[in-house]
Amino acid sequence: MAMLEVRDLRVQFKTDDGLVRAVDGLSFDVERGRTLGIVGESGSGKSVTSLAIMGLHRGKGTDISGQVRLDGEDLVSASADRVRHLRGSKMAMIFQDPLTALHPFYSVGVQIMEAYRVHNNVSKQVARKRAIDLLARVGIPQPAVRVDDYPHQFSGGMRQRAMIAMALCCDPELLIADEPTTALDVTVQAQILDLIVDLQAEFGSAVIIITHDLGVVAEVADDVLVMYAGRAAEKGSADDVFRRPMHPYAWGLLGSMPRLDVARVDRLRPIPGTPPSLINVPPGCPFHPRCTYPAQVGGDKCRTEIPLLLDTGMGHQAACHLSVRQRQEIWAQLAPEPSEPGTAIPADIVPATTPEPGEPSEVEA
Amino acid sequence: MITFIIRRLITMVFLLVVVSMITFGIFFLIPRLAGQNAYELAAQYVGRNPTRSAILQMEAKLGLNDPLVVQYWRFLKGIVVGAHYNDGPSQTYCPPPCFGYSFRSQQPVWPQMMAALPVTVSLAIGAAILWVVGGVAIGVLSALRRGSIFDRFTMAVALAGVSLPIFFTGLISLELFSYKWPLFPNVQWVPLTTNPALWARNLVLPWITLAFLYAALYARLTRAGMLETMNEDFIRTARAKGLPERKVVFRHGLRAALTPILTIFGMDLGLLLGGAVLTESTFSLPGLGQFTILAIQNQDFPEIMGVVMLAAFFIVVANMLVDILYAVVDPRVRIT
Repeated sequence: MAMLEVRDLRVQFKTDDGLVRAVDGLSFDVERGRTLGIVGESGSGKSVTSLAIMGLHRGKGTDISGQVRLDGEDLVSASADRVRHLRGSKMAMIFQDPLTALHPFYSVGVQIMEAYRVHNNVSKQVARKRAIDLLARVGIPQPAVRVDDYPHQFSGGMRQRAMIAMALCCDPELLIADEPTTALDVTVQAQILDLIVDLQAEFGSAVIIITHDLGVVAEVADDVLVMYAGRAAEKGSADDVFRRPMHPYAWGLLGSMPRLDVARVDRLRPIPGTPPSLINVPPGCPFHPRCTYPAQVGGDKCRTEIPLLLDTGMGHQAACHLSVRQRQEIWAQLAPEPSEPGTAIPADIVPATTPEPGEPSEVEA
Repeated sequence: MITFIIRRLITMVFLLVVVSMITFGIFFLIPRLAGQNAYELAAQYVGRNPTRSAILQMEAKLGLNDPLVVQYWRFLKGIVVGAHYNDGPSQTYCPPPCFGYSFRSQQPVWPQMMAALPVTVSLAIGAAILWVVGGVAIGVLSALRRGSIFDRFTMAVALAGVSLPIFFTGLISLELFSYKWPLFPNVQWVPLTTNPALWARNLVLPWITLAFLYAALYARLTRAGMLETMNEDFIRTARAKGLPERKVVFRHGLRAALTPILTIFGMDLGLLLGGAVLTESTFSLPGLGQFTILAIQNQDFPEIMGVVMLAAFFIVVANMLVDILYAVVDPRVRIT
């Protein structure tokens, strides 16, 4: 049994403009010790999914259905109080902007102690010791001194480390990181990602990283879930999704990303159009208005029929009406180079993978 | 912190000197520019049907023939070290802080103001406690139940509260609770030291009337502040930690929402201590507000100047305390 099993998750908000289908029938698993990267544009439902798992979307006007099973226990049907007890202890979350996510009026130590003491009946001294240990573990220098600092006295990277320390204080088995590096400097991003990878290896927890940065996913994720308009467009191991993407949207994402391992032959190819409104999701395949290939599917299929998330081989799934063979052919032409193992993975955010001189490359002009 | 306080104290003295210059200018320079002479001014100190010799004597005693600068200097000096007046054969000593003598009663201004001050302080402090507790509680509840019947009802009442003038709500409350249903009959000022129970009983209506106005304001401010802070990222973090909602609201939400209200509270209280004019008039409380009104009605310049200086003093002090308190409450604020 996977640590986290999400089944047919639907999150809908009632607004004055209509019903927002932020997440529409999403299913995925995260195993212990594995990292799932959820990617997609703004408004694709990534963050809503994570907040729904954490039970932070309960409220009037929000309708959540489906199942979120944490270690076998369904959180959607659980009482609010039960989910609150699991929050921070069994599952924890770190957020995008650590400056606004930390309370400006309390010291970093107090905020970590608070998180620890909600779930552990210990004295302040014990909690403080724990906070100092955690700050040391996430790489804050002089933790015994800095524990009394306020968030504004920390640098951006240190704040995110403090957030991670707070999330880890009760040894969570599931850690959700919502755009953990987006608000940070590039050099600091790499450090924070390394820290997350290290800590996961140490604690063996399940990790979900939500991001729009494919470089982040390439660096840390074992599995990838590509979301579009609140649904899964493609799902599979990171290797599969990066080397043999099976959805036109994934092709678009990969094509719009700068790469350092491939000689630049032409401009980046942005995906035309904008993400759809989640109130009026296009009928049929939600991606069809921006897709180049409905003609190759033939007929009105893309406009009328919602594609199912189907296996394309070895657990690699995609929701597209094109046949697997068609997609393989199209990708073979789109791919910047023949999909040789180990070469088609996108560049890390750190420019480490410059093309090696001896390596054969067809597109090198 | 110490340097900050010292610097603020110096600024405070400077500010009060400027206030004194302006008030002195208004009451002694402008009439003189308009043609009033020392004799006419002295006549005002002497009272009704003065004799010429009495007026001349007063003119000499108060030094009204001296240049204005000298008179102003004497005024400032009087506040700090007191003043001696040559009263013919004898001398009168006006101990510091000496704001001169009232036209009306021929008494020194300062003791009169000190007699009125406890009334205003009793009124202001009691009302302040009521409105802070009431206003903030209603504001928090309204924000948490945004759009509910409670929210709509209290916000409608609050709108009425900020719109209705005190002489209206005050008179209505007197009519209802002092005459029709005499819960608080015969409202009049009784010093706390004389009879604490009666002091409190007689102040209930003024407290509620004054607090109603401010509570309405504070409820709206708190509601707006809470709605804003409850959408902050750190509130989501607090929930993600698994904190119970009560702690999320009070420890994290209210703490942040209250900080700006603290500033407004300091200023409001400072302003009120200079005299709650309308409330005191409505309930016939002999506080600084009443004192001010009488001073203005009688064109009693020394009294007006005294009360202006005292009110300015309260505001300046409140301002400083708020700044210091802000640094204590918000660690991001460093005062240097």
